[in-house]
Amino acid sequence: MAAPASAEAPVRGAMTPVPHRVLSRVQETADTWTLELDPLSEPVQPRAGQFDMLYAFGVGEVPISTSGDHEGGPLTHTIRAVGAVTRALCALEPGAVLGVRGPFGSVWPLGEAAGSDLLVVAGGIGLAPLRPAIRHALARRDDYGAVSVLVGARTPDDLLYVPELERWRSRLDVEVDVTVDSAAAGWHGRVGLVTTLIPGAVVDPAKASAFVCGPEVMMTFVVRALLERDLPLERIWVSLERNMRCAVGHCGHCQLGPTLICRDGPVFPAAAMTRLLEVREL
Amino acid sequence: MTALPTPDADTFVIEPEGLSALVEALCHEGYRVVGPSVRDGAIVLGEIASANELPCGWTARHEAAAYRVERRDDDAVFGWAVGPHSWKQELMPSRVRLWRASSAESVEEEPPPGRPLALFGVRSCDLHAIAIQDRVFLEGRYVERDYALRRTGAFVVAVDCGEPGGTCFCASLGTGPRADAGFDLALTELVSTEHRFVVRVGSDTGREIARLLPVRAATDADLEAALAVTDEAAGRMGRRLEAGGLRDLLAGNLEHPRFAEVAERCLTCGNCTLVCPTCFCTSVEDVNDLADGSAERWRSWDSCFSTEYSYIHGGSVRRSPRARYRQWLTHKFGTWHDQFGTSGCVGCGRCITWCPVGIDVTEELAAIRAGDGEVDHAHAR
Repeated sequence: MAAPASAEAPVRGAMTPVPHRVLSRVQETADTWTLELDPLSEPVQPRAGQFDMLYAFGVGEVPISTSGDHEGGPLTHTIRAVGAVTRALCALEPGAVLGVRGPFGSVWPLGEAAGSDLLVVAGGIGLAPLRPAIRHALARRDDYGAVSVLVGARTPDDLLYVPELERWRSRLDVEVDVTVDSAAAGWHGRVGLVTTLIPGAVVDPAKASAFVCGPEVMMTFVVRALLERDLPLERIWVSLERNMRCAVGHCGHCQLGPTLICRDGPVFPAAAMTRLLEVREL
Repeated sequence: MTALPTPDADTFVIEPEGLSALVEALCHEGYRVVGPSVRDGAIVLGEIASANELPCGWTARHEAAAYRVERRDDDAVFGWAVGPHSWKQELMPSRVRLWRASSAESVEEEPPPGRPLALFGVRSCDLHAIAIQDRVFLEGRYVERDYALRRTGAFVVAVDCGEPGGTCFCASLGTGPRADAGFDLALTELVSTEHRFVVRVGSDTGREIARLLPVRAATDADLEAALAVTDEAAGRMGRRLEAGGLRDLLAGNLEHPRFAEVAERCLTCGNCTLVCPTCFCTSVEDVNDLADGSAERWRSWDSCFSTEYSYIHGGSVRRSPRARYRQWLTHKFGTWHDQFGTSGCVGCGRCITWCPVGIDVTEELAAIRAGDGEVDHAHAR
């Protein structure tokens, strides 16, 4: 029996990477680099919150969120070298070619948040997927009320995008607050978890939207702290991570309860996820 | 035997020789015909060139963790329930190359498979399983190219089930034993009196193939006998399952004590996911050739019972057998509805038969239902 009408095999399979050339490679921290990429054929244009699958030739493929401009500009990915594939990607010099599939997944609801205050809470590498949303809000500053960016990192050396954080902090129309979990001598900023910054953030909880990205346990506690400030749960969004092999909802690896993170996420309304995140090993 | 009684008859009868003619016709039309044969003590699926290779006169006994093929005392060709293989091994083979590349700039996708498939002897449960995999691979935002290439143009010969196994429960789920849709031709085997097959036409392609067969018109007696086969089979299911409300039942019992209990028995071997006709999880392997520097991407069956399955930087999400069994059971019967709008189970019973320790999903689900709302405080947060 013939398959359903939609069954026509696509011209190019969703599993086939599109070659891109490395334009630039910038070291962010001891183990993290940012690559700017230029397509050799059709461009991949992710929106804030989405991710691409990056393929290091002959090594493997990993999901990496977009961390460049929301619209226009080169394809930008910030990658932490923690495994064989990410180490190979971070070692690519300008001119090298890698494969890209994408863009995949859901976006930060920048349109929905427009008109309200915007609170962005980032933990560690979680700042990378949030940077396109922050850049978007700052480029269209009048679309939002108060904008507050709260950044946490394990140590001062783990802070991402320090020059850009400093530029944002020099502006009078955005609050940028930074804290580290632990610091050695020479750090004059705050010490403590990122949740400690939430009570003092300048946004009005009654009319604020919050975007949160970081380790899962950090997001759980940030959501709790936001609820304690009376930010409504339905105005909070989180970005989640799971093992992803296909990115197109076919391989099953990225399931979290009823969701497929690659298809239904990675950006989710916190209301849909907090109960699931409370269940161990789900 | 004459030509098709009326050109558009939807039901007719063939004799055992007609079955041979059907296999030959499909081969002649260029299909790669895949059907059941007895091999290595099991009824398994593979390419066949003749009806002589079908398991004529064989049956099989199914129980939890037990499967034996046995001789029948008649010449029934389809007098057995499903074997360890399912059609997914043809539609989503256990390991396929997706592409190869001499460099990152030159990626060449695997060419389409040559001959179209003819699936010969698909039971109703497995027809439903194919429809479920169609939803997963063809009806979402992205089409799975390799599956689409194999699935498109596949010819399906369904066979109504007259001999359900000891672990079958399709009647509980409404997925059998009679084939209701998704076939080109459907056969009901009648062995009690004259050995014959009542054939139903399910598509234009099926009708074209039927024109090549020696057939006779179906009488009312033939049709009644055919219906009786599945009516009677529906009453002989070895297992039953209360299927209503499973999605909500499981969503509300993620910390049920039964999960720790079943984890004491579960070996996390993944047999259930391999034999399941709907389990679709795959992994992606990128391999490279050290000699010429070329690279390939392969897709292979994976299982939610492995720890690697849920690995992210920092460790696996589901480390305990309890969490992995819970993932499988709650996905199959619960969250599959959320993800794909259908249950992931078709009641074929393979996961019960081929579980090496005989874990029985119908028993596990009944236990959760009986203890609805109980919480395992040793594991719950």
